[in-house]
Amino acid sequence: MHDEDKKKDIDELSGIETTGHEWDGLKELNNPLPRWWVWVFLVTCLWSFWYFIVYPAWPVPGGATKGTSGYTQFKELAESQQEIIARQQAYLEKFEAADFDEILNDPALYSFATAGGAAAFKDNCATCHGSGAEGSKGYPNLNDDDWLWGGRVEDIYTTIQHGIRVHNDFDTHMSQMPAFGKEGLLKADDINAVVDYVVGLRDGKASEDMAGHTIFAQNCASCHGTDAKGLREFGAPNLTDAIWLYGSKRADIYHSVFYARAGMMPAWKNRLDENTIRQLAIYVHQLGGGEE
Amino acid sequence: MSKEATDSQISTGHVVDYNYDIVRKFTLATTFWGVIGLMGGVFIALQMAFPVLNLEPYLTFGRLRPLHTSAVIFAFGGNALFATSYYVVQRTCRARLWGDRAASFTFWGYQAFIIMAALGYVLGVTQAKEYAEPEWYADLWLTAVWVTYLVVYMMTVIKRKEPHLYVANWFFLAFIITVAVLHIGNNLSLPVDWRYAKSYSVPAGVQSAMIQWWYGHNAVGFFLTAGFLGMMYYFIPKRAERPVYSYRLSIVHFWSLIFIYIWAGPHHLHYTALPDWAQTLGMTFSIMLWMPSWGGMINGMMTLSGAWHKLRKDPVLQFMIVALAFYGMSTFEGPLMSIRAVNALSHYTDWTIGHVHSGALGWVGFITFGCLYYLVPKLWNREEVYSLKLVSLHLWIATFGIVLYITSMWVSGIMQGLMWRSYNEYGFLTYSFVETVQAMHPYYIIRACGGLLYLAGALIMTYNFYRTIKGDVAVNEVDKDGNPRQTTRAAVLVAAE
Repeated sequence: MHDEDKKKDIDELSGIETTGHEWDGLKELNNPLPRWWVWVFLVTCLWSFWYFIVYPAWPVPGGATKGTSGYTQFKELAESQQEIIARQQAYLEKFEAADFDEILNDPALYSFATAGGAAAFKDNCATCHGSGAEGSKGYPNLNDDDWLWGGRVEDIYTTIQHGIRVHNDFDTHMSQMPAFGKEGLLKADDINAVVDYVVGLRDGKASEDMAGHTIFAQNCASCHGTDAKGLREFGAPNLTDAIWLYGSKRADIYHSVFYARAGMMPAWKNRLDENTIRQLAIYVHQLGGGEE
Repeated sequence: MSKEATDSQISTGHVVDYNYDIVRKFTLATTFWGVIGLMGGVFIALQMAFPVLNLEPYLTFGRLRPLHTSAVIFAFGGNALFATSYYVVQRTCRARLWGDRAASFTFWGYQAFIIMAALGYVLGVTQAKEYAEPEWYADLWLTAVWVTYLVVYMMTVIKRKEPHLYVANWFFLAFIITVAVLHIGNNLSLPVDWRYAKSYSVPAGVQSAMIQWWYGHNAVGFFLTAGFLGMMYYFIPKRAERPVYSYRLSIVHFWSLIFIYIWAGPHHLHYTALPDWAQTLGMTFSIMLWMPSWGGMINGMMTLSGAWHKLRKDPVLQFMIVALAFYGMSTFEGPLMSIRAVNALSHYTDWTIGHVHSGALGWVGFITFGCLYYLVPKLWNREEVYSLKLVSLHLWIATFGIVLYITSMWVSGIMQGLMWRSYNEYGFLTYSFVETVQAMHPYYIIRACGGLLYLAGALIMTYNFYRTIKGDVAVNEVDKDGNPRQTTRAAVLVAAE
């Protein structure tokens, strides 16, 4: 560090010897390494060497050292999932064997199913239907017990499985409203007349005297029903209530008649497992109050 | 210039005509990019809290986030490293910086790289590698600039008048050389065509990820740690007017830091496709890195031993010491978070963001501010900065900002991690992802407030520099040692006797 024959350079303030070098007025004291620093460093090194022995650590020809514990991250994953699986397993066997009626009448199984459905709903369905299943324009509210394609738990199960207007699923809900204006099925005057009639239905003021009544009977009643209360077979909504998926303003209704509406929902059959779909069906079913 | 020239004449008997012009340029660039980078940070923090602020397509979070990180790390931090390393290497080698034109090229070339990178981000040109987003054309340009930097630095070291090399220079050299290796290694890619910005990485899959985090972690290790330790080793003893605490500690912690840091990258890839053995190495080397990192903190803080009273009065020294405290905290938190079990909770959460910012705002930011407050008066021949009171105000506002930032991120990050893994009595997940986002919203707002305070501090500093450089007479009634203000340095020294 310094030449012995040179005069030692001692820092006045601390009384510690410097290394004898100076740069731009800067010097270095010749203090030893702090003891505790050396010890902690050594302990971290020793701990690491122990870890090398116990865990997979060093690459060697043909792989890597395996470690004495037999640890792999896949084993750790499996271990951390054991508790989850155990909790589900307590119900799952019974759940799988039971049909919907049995589940709806067994409080413990029912709680299990709605809990599973709630978890799956928030991750898969909330994106469109909202985290409270409150829906938004074009995405139905699932809390109102007003069901386009049926509200029994079996109906909801089918809808979740096969979706709505899914191209590559033969069991999907396919029926679709014609675009009466765009495809030239009705003349402009007739469209306005039928829209006025539907507005009347909305307000409870429609009458058979209205011009739109006949047009409705000829063009719309086949799906929406002569009483306009809707037909679930076709996913055709009730037009006499206060629930309007695409808006209740005249302009919204006009848009629906002219261009038609055809919402889509994915088929979940190959995305979620059977148990999850059944749990979802039960969860969604009870949201609306549980139609029987 | 004249005062500095006199100083060196007194101690050496001859005048060294230091190249301060280049240091001044980099100092101004540091201040400018610091403000820009912090503004970007505050804006993207607000985007997290209020997504409506995502202005498509150019000003979305996805494009502005790399703009922020690059602006603070490479534009602010990089210019600060250029400025201080060029200053320190000249002063401690007692030699003028080698190659005026080469040095000038490093300045303009580096600024051009920053502009090139920033334009690319906003336009959507990216390699999608964290902290290495610029595409091949900008990477090639930066390589040219960086190699020139290395040559300028090395040549200055080679022609030095001092027999030994001061410790700050080891750190600066390690930083320059390793960053060159990392930059080239991680950016090996093949452009689709020489006429297009797009390129493909040479390594693929998990190899690509491993190389990316070898780079990414050592960008922290060598750019943000080794480089800034170089600053620390010159400016703290200088400002405190005390010798470095331990030469032996500086040697041992330098070599252990350099050797161990380079292995620690795989801890960024715990529980991924990266093989278990590589994860183990990343984790254990991170644990072993704890003391080598703390060596710098100990050496910096203990340099004040016997002179702690200086810390009470001098806000510039306070900046540097608070920086070391944050450095110590984040270099303890880092090894902690690299432990697999801790990482299982912290990974992918805001805890990581909080950790990064205690290092970035606390260590990198504060040590830079401290050095700049020392450097600006020296470079423009002023006795002291315009106002030490404003320095103190900056210190407290910024410290409060950091505290808001990191505590809110600790709370929200740990909460987020716990919410992700929480399951109910039936074994189903309790929370969905979006519920965790909702829960974090208040903390995002607190974080943005913290960032805003930090930015306010930087603006106060900019104003202080403006008044200092303009030559306004200092408003300080007392100097940094708390003595009544004297007119000349010599008088101060006499008073101190």
